[in-house]
Amino acid sequence: MKWNRRHVLDTDDWSRDEIETVLDQTRAMIEILQRPIRRAPPLRGRTVILFFAESSTRTRVSFELAAKALSADVTNITASGSSVEKGESLYDTVRTLQALGGDVVVMRHASSGAPYFVAQRTDAAVINAGDGWHAHPTQGLLDAYTLRDAVGDLEGRRVVIVGDVLHSRVARSDINTLLPLGARITLSGPPTLIPLAWRCGQLPPGVTYESDLDRALDGADAVIALRLQRERQESGLLPSLREYSRVWGLTADRVARMRPGAPVMHPGPMNEGIEIDASVAHGTRSLIETQVTNGVAVRMALLYLLAARAGPPGPLEERA
Amino acid sequence: MKFDRRAFEAKGYLVVPGFIDLHAHLREPGFEDSETIETGRRAALRGGFTTICAMPNTEPAIDSPGLLKELLARGKSVDGARVRYVAAITRGRKGRELSDMVELAAAGAIAFSDDGSPVEDSHLFRSALEYARVTGRPVIEHAQDLALSAKGVMHEGSVSARLGLPGMPAAAEESAVARDIALARMTGANLHLTHLSTAGSIELVRRAKADGVPVTCDVTPHHLAMTDEWVAGSRALAWEVEDEALLAVPYDSSTKVNPPLRGRADVRALWAGLVDGTVDAIATDHAPHASVKKDVEFDQAAFGISGLETALALVLGGVGVHWAALGTVIDALTLGPARVLGSDLPRDDWAVIDRDVEWVVRADELASKGKNTPLIGRTLTGRVVATVVDGELRYEGAARVAEAVNGR
Repeated sequence: MKWNRRHVLDTDDWSRDEIETVLDQTRAMIEILQRPIRRAPPLRGRTVILFFAESSTRTRVSFELAAKALSADVTNITASGSSVEKGESLYDTVRTLQALGGDVVVMRHASSGAPYFVAQRTDAAVINAGDGWHAHPTQGLLDAYTLRDAVGDLEGRRVVIVGDVLHSRVARSDINTLLPLGARITLSGPPTLIPLAWRCGQLPPGVTYESDLDRALDGADAVIALRLQRERQESGLLPSLREYSRVWGLTADRVARMRPGAPVMHPGPMNEGIEIDASVAHGTRSLIETQVTNGVAVRMALLYLLAARAGPPGPLEERA
Repeated sequence: MKFDRRAFEAKGYLVVPGFIDLHAHLREPGFEDSETIETGRRAALRGGFTTICAMPNTEPAIDSPGLLKELLARGKSVDGARVRYVAAITRGRKGRELSDMVELAAAGAIAFSDDGSPVEDSHLFRSALEYARVTGRPVIEHAQDLALSAKGVMHEGSVSARLGLPGMPAAAEESAVARDIALARMTGANLHLTHLSTAGSIELVRRAKADGVPVTCDVTPHHLAMTDEWVAGSRALAWEVEDEALLAVPYDSSTKVNPPLRGRADVRALWAGLVDGTVDAIATDHAPHASVKKDVEFDQAAFGISGLETALALVLGGVGVHWAALGTVIDALTLGPARVLGSDLPRDDWAVIDRDVEWVVRADELASKGKNTPLIGRTLTGRVVATVVDGELRYEGAARVAEAVNGR
């Protein structure tokens, strides 16, 4: 097994082998999730602390299900009512986490880079469940898994990512994960929501920018729409949500420009009618619900790999 | 102890005039957990600085003759560098009403600045320049368009795009520099633009000087030596090749500074400005912070690098790769800042330099209370061995450390 990482903070320095290892492990986990009793014993006796300093139900529940499916003990430190909201510093929280002695800390934080801060100051393995605009590694991995499951080998495939790339940790992690697997990426969206450097040609190799979504979608192999935060309009980055949805919203007509059957993805939660039409979100090309299901398996795979590195995990099969 | 210049020269050390820092933060009064006048003065001596200009962003701000006189009285002990005070342009540095500039100048203010907070109101800034002209003191301006830099925490470029951090575009500095130059041209007041960090800013000053506008400027050692890649974990100085072994963890708040560390082309432009005389001075923008202000998330951390004690080694690095002559950088630390202040060099202030000694920057060996520098743990070349103020040897010590390093 090609796995020697202590933390999962960002996939930007991962090799293709490492990504493949996680995706292979994910397949094994999906088998567990298809059993009548969705539970295996490998993390029995290990503690996973879910530290969500920014509200998120979907990702937190996904990690919780993943940890429980592997028989780990799970503890939550959520933003609501926790010390984070009372003005406790991240440093204090880290010391508490350290004293609690969890094996894995899964963290979500509004500040880019916060997981590095925690990882430097704790003995636990840290999984980044989303930090600011920076990274959401498990989303990138689950998108890679879902895409590959749907369209096969990603070598030479072209994936369009449309929307608020500037503020999107999902976009950055999708780029970091899909590129090593051989995919090419076309970014599309309003100029104010794409980093200036990336519009001026300083793009990672394999990534291009095309402001015209129709042209971006022509012959594409898949599209990932990003969530648009309504406050972008208030901060002067957009003229109106109505214009955005007309110019950069995923409609049935636009989706039809892609290769026949090319899938549509979205990290959720969706603003139906803004970045994606309901007919597309719930249409035959949509993999949005599959993404959610695969998310649990990807998180199981990472928890398993990190635990295995820390010490031999229990068996994936319950022995009679 | 009396200074025996020949004894030091006999050991092969270089003796140059004591350095003058146009821009340092001593944090007293108000933030004594970050620095005090005494610790700042000692840190200055260790960096070869014999005169430092303290910025007024204290609490309360240095905006009244009474407070200024009180602070001048505090810094009389003989074991540190000489301190001069820059007074606030506006009351409380709020950018709304002018401070009593004529009286402040009479009380000893050496210059005026709302450093950290540019004077956004152009009409008010014009008035400040008109008043400064009467006092004969320069206005030291932190040029930044706050609407454009917005919530930025690092340079806007490919590194900020990668790290997902809000960026401060070069244009936020350059548009403010352009405004400030227009107002200096109109009023004829001495405008000093501090800690310029972009190629565009240097070019604007170059053209303004050619037109005869009374503008001067300084750059910092950290902007001369580090790039925005340092936020992503690089620890290669601007003239070094990237070294994987030197990589640090990204998002280290010790690299967070305003103006932010810029791109490589900007760094080269600052050196070019030094060489052709566009840049008048090297100033540290020494910004010490207590660890509680830095040991937090990157976007929550205070801006600033503690710089007095590492300044010389950083600029000597550029000399070593022939980006500038030794005389150019020494002038920018001595004669240049003296001219900006409209004064002569103090007659008997000296810095004694060992150009070749290698030393490791260690937090517990910094005299400053601010340990906030990304250079901690790094080996630098060149160090101040002794510092002399008014003919008196006030600091000597690095020689001992140097021997210890060499003997290892």
